[in-house]
Formats: sequence, C-alpha cells, structure tokens
Amino acid sequence: MRSALSLFLAALALLSLLHLAVPAGSAWHVSDFTIALLGKIMCYAIVAVAMDLIWGYGGILSLGHGLFFALGGYAFGMYLMRTIGLEGVYHSNLPDFMVFLDWKAYPWYWTGTEHLGWSLVLVVAVPALLAAVFGYFAFRSRIKGVYFSIITQALTYAFMLLFFRNETGFGGNNGFTDFKRILDFPITSPGMRAGLFVLSGLALAGTLLLCRALVASRFGRVLTAIRDAESRVMFLGYQPLWYKLAAWTLSAALCGIAGALYVPQVGIINPGEMSPANSIEIAIWVAVGGRATLWGPVLGAFVVNLAKSYFTVAFPDYWLFFLGFLFVMVTLFLPEGIPGVVVRIRRRLGGSS
Amino acid sequence: MMNKFWMMILMIGVCLTARAGLDASLVHALAAGDSDEKIQAIQGLSANPSPLTLSVLKALSEDALFVNGDQVFFRQSGQPVDAITGAPLAAVPDNPDNVVINNRVRTELDNLLAGMRLVDPDVTVRRAAAQALLDAPSVDMLPILTRAIALESDVAIRSLLLQAQARLQLDNPDAQVRRAAVTVLADSISANTRSQLQSMTDPAHEPDEAVRHAALASLKSVNNRLAFTDVLAKLFSGISLGSILMLTALGLAITYGVMGVINMAHGELLMVGAYATYATQGWFRLHWPQHQQSYLLAALPVAFASAALIGMVLERTVIRWLYGRPLETLLATWGLSLGLIQCARLLFGAQNVELANPDWMSGAVALPWGLSLPWNRIDIIVFSLLVLALVWVLMNRTRLGLFVRAVTQNRPMAGCLGVPTGRVDTFAFGLGAGIAGLGGVALSQLTNVGPDMGQGYIVDSFMVVVLGGVGQLAGAVWAALGLGIVSKLLEGWTGAVIAKIIVLVFIIVFIQRRPQGLFALKGRTLDN
Repeated sequence: MRSALSLFLAALALLSLLHLAVPAGSAWHVSDFTIALLGKIMCYAIVAVAMDLIWGYGGILSLGHGLFFALGGYAFGMYLMRTIGLEGVYHSNLPDFMVFLDWKAYPWYWTGTEHLGWSLVLVVAVPALLAAVFGYFAFRSRIKGVYFSIITQALTYAFMLLFFRNETGFGGNNGFTDFKRILDFPITSPGMRAGLFVLSGLALAGTLLLCRALVASRFGRVLTAIRDAESRVMFLGYQPLWYKLAAWTLSAALCGIAGALYVPQVGIINPGEMSPANSIEIAIWVAVGGRATLWGPVLGAFVVNLAKSYFTVAFPDYWLFFLGFLFVMVTLFLPEGIPGVVVRIRRRLGGSS
Repeated sequence: MMNKFWMMILMIGVCLTARAGLDASLVHALAAGDSDEKIQAIQGLSANPSPLTLSVLKALSEDALFVNGDQVFFRQSGQPVDAITGAPLAAVPDNPDNVVINNRVRTELDNLLAGMRLVDPDVTVRRAAAQALLDAPSVDMLPILTRAIALESDVAIRSLLLQAQARLQLDNPDAQVRRAAVTVLADSISANTRSQLQSMTDPAHEPDEAVRHAALASLKSVNNRLAFTDVLAKLFSGISLGSILMLTALGLAITYGVMGVINMAHGELLMVGAYATYATQGWFRLHWPQHQQSYLLAALPVAFASAALIGMVLERTVIRWLYGRPLETLLATWGLSLGLIQCARLLFGAQNVELANPDWMSGAVALPWGLSLPWNRIDIIVFSLLVLALVWVLMNRTRLGLFVRAVTQNRPMAGCLGVPTGRVDTFAFGLGAGIAGLGGVALSQLTNVGPDMGQGYIVDSFMVVVLGGVGQLAGAVWAALGLGIVSKLLEGWTGAVIAKIIVLVFIIVFIQRRPQGLFALKGRTLDN
C-alpha cells in the first residue's frame, strides 16, 4: 500500500512536471486537455470513494451524491465569482446575473464568501450539514434500501429545481462561469492548472487513506455489520443511527471537497450537475470498480469516465447504449466489479496449473 | 335617433312575416352612396325591418354585398339573391364588385346588427349577443339595451344585459343611477368589471360617498365570486394532474408491490406508449385518412401491447435475475431506461414529435361562474377512471389478480400452494408496463412527446407510490389525487417550482413519520 501511494505521488509529480517544464511542441509534453481531464476524473474518483464508503461498506445506496458534489462546487464557486471583481460584463461589484436581476447587494448567504477561508469552510459545512439533518431524520425513522435511495433522489431533484430558479441567487440556468483567479493567480495559467491537478491527487490520496483507516477500525466493522444485518447489530446494543449518520455525513463532506476542486478545473458549475442522472452515474463507477474495495471505485471512475470522453467524441450516438449496457451487465454478471473478474480469472488459472 | 331604434325594434317583431321588397333608392344609396348617404340608408332600411333587411345588412357587414350595374345582390346559401326584391337571380358575373364601407359606417352597422341580435327569437343568439355586449359595452348601445331589457324574458340573459347597462351607467352624472349600477354589478363574474368597480371606490374618481360604499360592497362580492371560481379551476387542474399521476403511478404500484422492484425504466414505458400513439397516428394518416379522428382509440391497444411486450421482455431477460437485490435492480433498470431513450432517439429522432388532438379532445366546455374546462383534460380524467376500474377488476375479480395479490403478500407461501410465481411476475410486470403505455397515450395528448419525456415523471410517480404505500392500489389513487390537488393549490400562491419543492419536502418529512406510506399493510416483521 505504501509503495502504491508513493508510486501515485510520483506519477502526480511527473505529470505536472511534464506539463510545466516540457515545451508544448515536444512529444513528452502533457497537454492542458490531459491535465484537466485527469484532474476532473480524480475529483470524480473522490466522489466514488465517498460513495463506496456509504454504499459498499454501509449498504446505503445514495442517489444524492451529485447534490453534495454540486453544493461543494457552488460554495467554492461563490468565492470564484467574488474574485472576478469589476471585470464582469457590467463592470459591477456584483456578478453579472445579479446585475441582470437588478439586485443592489449580495443576499445574506453570500456574506463572507469573498474570503477564501470562509468559502472553504462552506465547501465542507454545507453538504455535511444538509446530509446530517436529512440523514438524522431518515435513519431515525429506519428508512433504508430503495426507499432511502428514492427520497435522496427526490431531495436532489428538489434542489435542482431550486437552483434552476434565477431568484435563488446562484445564477439560475447558467450557474457560475467565467472565473478569473484564485488568490490573485490567474485561473488558466499552467501553474494554476498543475497546482489544482496535484491538489486533486493529494485530496484523492487523503480520502483513500482516511477511508482505509475508517473501514479497518472498530467503526468500520460496525458499519459493515449494519450493512449485513442491521437488526442483529441493534439487538447487540449498538445504535445504528450514529454509525450510519457519521459515515453518511463524512461521505457528503468528501463530495463537497471534490466538487470544490472540480469547479475551477472545468470552469463552470450549473444546476445540471444536480440532475438525478448524474447521481446514478456515480453508483455505476463504484459498481464497475467493485464495491467494498477502496481502490476499486477509483478504477471504476477512471474506466467509465475515460470511456465516456472517448465514446462521446467517437460515437456520440452510442454512448448511452454503452452506459446502459454497462449498468445491466455489471449488475447481472459482475456483482463484484472488475476486481471480481480478476479474482475469478486468477482462480481459474491457479486451478489449471 | 333613439326613436328610430325603438321603432326598429318594435317593427322587427311585426315585420318578420313580411316578404315585401326594400326601398330601391335606399338600397342604391347603400351600394353607391358616400359614407353619409350609406349611414342614412342603413338607418332608413332599419326603420322598416324585415328578414331581407337583416340579410342585406349582414351581407354588408361581412363585405358580401355586391353591385353589378344597377343590380345589388348577395348570396344566400350559394344562390344569388336580389337585394331589392329578395328574388333569386339567374345569372351574375363571376367577379362582381363588393360594396366597400369605412369604419364609421361599420360601427353604425355593427351596433344596429348587435341590437337586432339582442332581440333575436333564438335564445342562444341573444345570450351570445348579451355576453359580447357585456364584455365590450359601447355608449351608443345604451338606448337599445334599455329596450332589450324590457323585452327579455330569460333571467340569465336579462342579468347579463342589466350588468352591461350598469357598466355603461357608471359615468352617469346622477349619483343615484351610479349607485344603482354599482349595486347591479355585484352579480358580475368578469375581471373587467372588477377593475371598474375598483376605480369606483377611489375618492379621486368617484365623488359620492354612498356610491363608493356601494361599490366597495359590490367589489367584495365580485372578489368572493372570482376567488370561488379560481378555487374551482385549481381544483379541476389538481384533479387533472392527479389523474395523470395516477396513470403514471398505477403500473409502478403493481410492479413495486408485487416484486419489490424499483423500475427506473417506468418513465420510458410511458414514452413507449406515447410513441406507439405517434406510430398509430402515422399509420392512420397513410392508410385510413378518413378515420383520422379515431386514431387515438386504436392507439390504446397498440400502446398497451407494445409497452407490455417490452416490459415482459425486460422482466424475462434482466429483472428476473436480480430478485432479492433491489438496489441492483434499480441500477439495472436505470441502464435499461438509458437504452430505451437512445433507441427512441435513433428511431424517431431527438426532436419532439407532433401529435394531433382529435376534435373530440379539443376545445373546452363552458360552465357557469365563468369556468371553462378543456375537453382533453376531462377525457383524460374519465380515461384514468376507466383504467383504474380495469385494474381493480383485474386484481380483484380474476385468477391472475388473485395470484398477484397472493405473491405480493407472501411469495414463498404462494409458491408452496402452487402459484407459478415466476409466470405471475412476468404477467404482473407486463400489466404494469401496459398501464404505463396507456398513461403514455394520455400524456401524448397533453405534453410534448420526445425521447426524454419519461424522465420527468419518474420522480413524481415514485413519490406517489412511496406516499401511497407499497402494493396498495387505493394508496396510489389517493396519493395521486392528493398530490395533484395540493400542488395545484400551492402553485397559486408560490409559483410552480416552489410548489414542487414544498411537495417534495412534505413527502420527505411524511416518510419520516410513516415510513410505510399512507396505506401500509399491517405486519409484525422487523424488516419489511
């Protein structure tokens, strides 16, 4: 594990070095596109690991992780909008969409977002708080299984509708875009790009380490036990509510961090990120990579998203077929995802030799 | 002038039987004179009214009075008729000149004709004329109106006429008249009247205190009546929305109830039904254009069969293998829905397709209190009740229904007693999918038909099932109606989006209180 980690960190350093130091004409140069794509997928991988924590180990399928991801993105996007300053189309202190709505001042929930620190607090706190409140009531009523999945989907859907409204104060349909800088550094410079890329990689590594420590701990074992037989765990004197709630809230907070890293790299956040379809796609990353393994979801996120960026360019008509096929095949034939296949092949080879 | 009108109205009754010709000089003045002469001729002719006068004036107002040398004529059911004698004409030129009138003449003419219609022997003509007058009263009509009120025997029309008169009298210099007029307007249901009454309560506009007082009282009563109509209209659209929700959720309630399967592709089965309707329409256009109007009826079995078939295939090939793993089923059916959407896109194109409403689905029925209900919504409410009745009979009066209910309650025990649970699953899934197909036919008449149409309904129909309780048809029905009405009433004062959010939040909170839904089956197991 330690060697895998150092290998990963070395790869991060190498890629950003190749991006920054090697001139654009060289065959060794790593392009803007590659850096942005890999950075983006690493953010997705964080979400996948967070999803795995709650689904693979907790047995709770959330169809709302896209919401937490987008909330984190919006929280950091507020800071990014503030740093545009007077350079908007209307040269106003307010973002263009507020000028358009004829608002004279920032609404109260934008207070303090001009400070990087506060917006970073919001990135974690908003999704975590929402998850904690929602999860407390849901788990307390012992809502589980598909019921829980469906109401998380309803929650996501409700938020999407809310954010689509212009009057909500988050740019409506168009969301936030046209970011200029973070802490006075221009956002499109190669240095900033590489910096965000490395930061995403570090966040992914941190997430993996944290989750590994968690699932190996007593807490993780109780969580797994709840997944397999909640009633028995309850009769043994544990209160499943707090275990589930802690894992659920942590998972949401991790999604928020991933969203915050994602937004400056893709340069836009809009309510489309909250669409129910996005949240379900997260589940397929985890399923492809294999649930209840931590590196599996990372693999799944990479495989599915690389396939997506290939298909949507090469065969745009067939991407949905492929994705749908993936959903069906993985659930029907690969309940353990790709690692399951590897294990099966290895076992067969071992048996024959 | 007033005397002339009165005379005319008196004469209409007298002269209806008369078949005398018209004054030739007046008709020629009408056809060839300048505007002043024309107005004089119109007044002269109407002083001595007969059916022929009415026909000539009507033809004139419709630009259908023609001149050919000395001859003035119009067409009566295609046959040219001489305007002076009323006798049929043998030959007329193909492109005769029509008599042209300017706006001044037209106003005069229209007022006259409206006045004639107000005393028409036909009640429906009179009612329409009175309503038109009430919507846009003109001061010129006041004398004729007063006369018509005296003659009118129908209570409803009389009330309309009185209101029209009252609207015209609001400017009367006599405060007494104004006050009486304001009082009469208390019976009104029109928003125009409301704004007029509103201005009558304003001291700047209305000097007399008593009139202002009366206007305030009338305004209150008008407001109450309008609010009542508004609530009725909202209730109707709520029931309409409820019927759609019910159609979309009934099938889901069956599949979820029987198999505990969350079918995320349910919305796409609606889409299949809608596209089946589209295909049927295309087939009718091609092969049976004379029966175009009834394509919708033919679409019902087609939509049911195609959606049921697809549903059964999905059940056999995919869902069957995932029993006992509801979360995986959810993901797999989501994958299936993506595939179905893309199929529709490739087969029918990504754009929405055009579906025609048959005549019996278009238009609206007018009710008292100014309420008007569109036929397509009424038809769909009736249709959803029929579907509900069908499902009820299937579930409660047939062997298949008995099996389905048995499997819902206790799968292993039903299997032990010889119920072929596997086949029941397939049929139940087919039934649920077929009902979704029927829902798709209904939706095709209300909304856009496109590949993505199903996605918008999936959250709503799940909410209905979750609210109603698993496997409970009654629950689904009440939940659908309740959700429909509540969201429409909320929409009135919060706007559509906020109403939707409130409803979703309400359901989320509700599930906390009663996790099993409104109509839960009572059981004693810990894990459901």
